[in-house]
Amino acid sequence: MAGTLILVFIYYVAAAAGGAAPPEMLAYIFVGSAFYMFVFQAFFGMFEVIQGDREWFQTIRYIYISPISYYAYIIGRGFTQMVVAGIGVLVVLAIGRGLLGIPIGFNLALLPFFLAVLVLGLFITIAIGVAIGGITFLTARHGGGMSEGIAGVFYVFTGVIFPLSVLPVWGQVFGQWIPLTYWFEALRRVLLERSPPQADAFLMAIPESTLLLILALSLIVVSLLSLAVFRYVEHLARKKGKIDMTTAY
Amino acid sequence: MKDAIRTKELTRVFGGKKRRLRPRDAPEKRVIALDRVDTQVAEGELFGLLGPNGAGKTTLIKILATLLLPTSGSATVAGYDVAKDPYPIRQRINMVSGGETSGYGLLTTRENIWMFSQFYGIPSKVAKAEIDRLLKEFELWERRDAKVRTLSTGERQKMNMVRGFVTDPDIIFLDEPTLGLDVSAARAIRQFIRGWIQENHAKTVLLTTHYMMEADELCDRIAIIDNGRILACDTPERLKGMVKREVTVKLETDRLKDPKAFDVIEGVQNYVVKEEAQTNRTSLTFILEDDAPIGDIMSEVLNQGSKVQSMEKIDPTLEEVFISLVGKGLD
Ligand SMILES: Nc1ncnc2c1ncn2[C@@H]1O[C@H](COP(=O)(O)OP(=O)(O)OP(=O)(O)O)[C@@H](O)[C@H]1O
Ligand SMILES: [Mg+2]
Repeated sequence: MAGTLILVFIYYVAAAAGGAAPPEMLAYIFVGSAFYMFVFQAFFGMFEVIQGDREWFQTIRYIYISPISYYAYIIGRGFTQMVVAGIGVLVVLAIGRGLLGIPIGFNLALLPFFLAVLVLGLFITIAIGVAIGGITFLTARHGGGMSEGIAGVFYVFTGVIFPLSVLPVWGQVFGQWIPLTYWFEALRRVLLERSPPQADAFLMAIPESTLLLILALSLIVVSLLSLAVFRYVEHLARKKGKIDMTTAY
Repeated sequence: MKDAIRTKELTRVFGGKKRRLRPRDAPEKRVIALDRVDTQVAEGELFGLLGPNGAGKTTLIKILATLLLPTSGSATVAGYDVAKDPYPIRQRINMVSGGETSGYGLLTTRENIWMFSQFYGIPSKVAKAEIDRLLKEFELWERRDAKVRTLSTGERQKMNMVRGFVTDPDIIFLDEPTLGLDVSAARAIRQFIRGWIQENHAKTVLLTTHYMMEADELCDRIAIIDNGRILACDTPERLKGMVKREVTVKLETDRLKDPKAFDVIEGVQNYVVKEEAQTNRTSLTFILEDDAPIGDIMSEVLNQGSKVQSMEKIDPTLEEVFISLVGKGLD
């Protein structure tokens, strides 16, 4: 959250130095970075949950040997993280709109679309977060860096703070393969009053119904991948004796 | 009677595979924590694992509790294979490890236990009543609403016992449940375990311990384990009977120059040496085939310029069984 505000501040300064900052661009950045909080919270928060249960609270082995599936447990924790992040997102949007007068709106006609997009996107985010969290089983010490790193990649390549069209072609193609790129695009359809002129033409051309379809298909693929990764990593961790490993001494 | 636990050639090796990732001259750190272990624990039994540090006790418990996979061999718990079928096992077991401080510090004692009970699908009301009953039984009632981070080590240990028993498992694994507890708390826990298994005939306890007395007083059967191998497995009485033929002698002498010198004396099966730094004495426990070597032992003590302060023949306890099998004491 603080990150978002700092970003906006930097943008103001840069804009003041370099000429006019179109308010649409500001709104573009604002919406992107506000919703990115979900992504970061899911990726890094999931890592923290597993790491905390393992190293700090040392409860992981008791959760793991209980009848509840650890996968289900971690998804549950993921939803809690999303609620926490959601409060932050709301606050940031409110500040942006109310205090800074950034042109963020809400296209009421798109309310059902928005709800569907939000749910699909959050599920996708959690599924990816769970897979990243699972890898934490194996990489006790470097897991934090890894989840931050992946979050960073998403930050650059999913059009969070600048349109994909700014990137070199390979970067654009890469971004087009990440489902969350379409999530941010879909959210902006609802929340931006006007699109900035720099916005990515490829994404702009996709109709809302197709965006929904892409997100729904992505969710299926990402969920299956996430489950497979998690199962595999869990098996490996149980084989190597790393489920309840502690490194804190 | 049905088997609660059964292992066949159960082996667990740690490390020693990734040759490529190891610096070239680093030694291969391959540890055989369990070496072809065959055990069988019947339903309703209170079974003890007794062994020195690093013997493989915790490793065995982790495999049975589905935390760790075997390297080879197999293990079944409640009839299910630990590697292939962990889910039905998890519905029937629980586990408590001593000497650790697990728990969410910001939750209260009760909340913590309640949370875990919910992973077992116990109706909240039932769980709460049972938690309260157990908290009283473990004399933790006063601390029920205290934040876990304010609990003492012993209190946390008791909380973990409640966490383990509240789910009413068929088989419970207790890894050194009295570790670091004071005498009365340890006794309370032992009494609870005894009572629990007496009240519920189909319940099974697998317990590890360092304390001979605890194993002797508590367990129906004991397996003595060292270096990943089970050296003997029987009732405490029968284990003690194993060394009945032998003579156990406790000797206290002034400090010895060479306490290892007794190896060569014929008729000495095994012995342990303890240096008493405070009194500057050495105490020795010998397991002898018969009385004959006592004379040789005495002269060896005198040869070293030392004096015998006291000598007694003792009835074998588990300690002697242990020394005779493992070749060292347990502390
Ligand atoms: N995760 C691990 N990685 C490598 N080696 C391990 C691991 N866990 C256990 N070991 C080794 O396996 C052996 C058996 O350990 P284990 O913890 O089972 O012993 P224990 O009988 O429980 O000992 P203690 O009485 O000290 O608790 C030891 O040599 C230990 O160093
Ligand atoms: Mg142990």
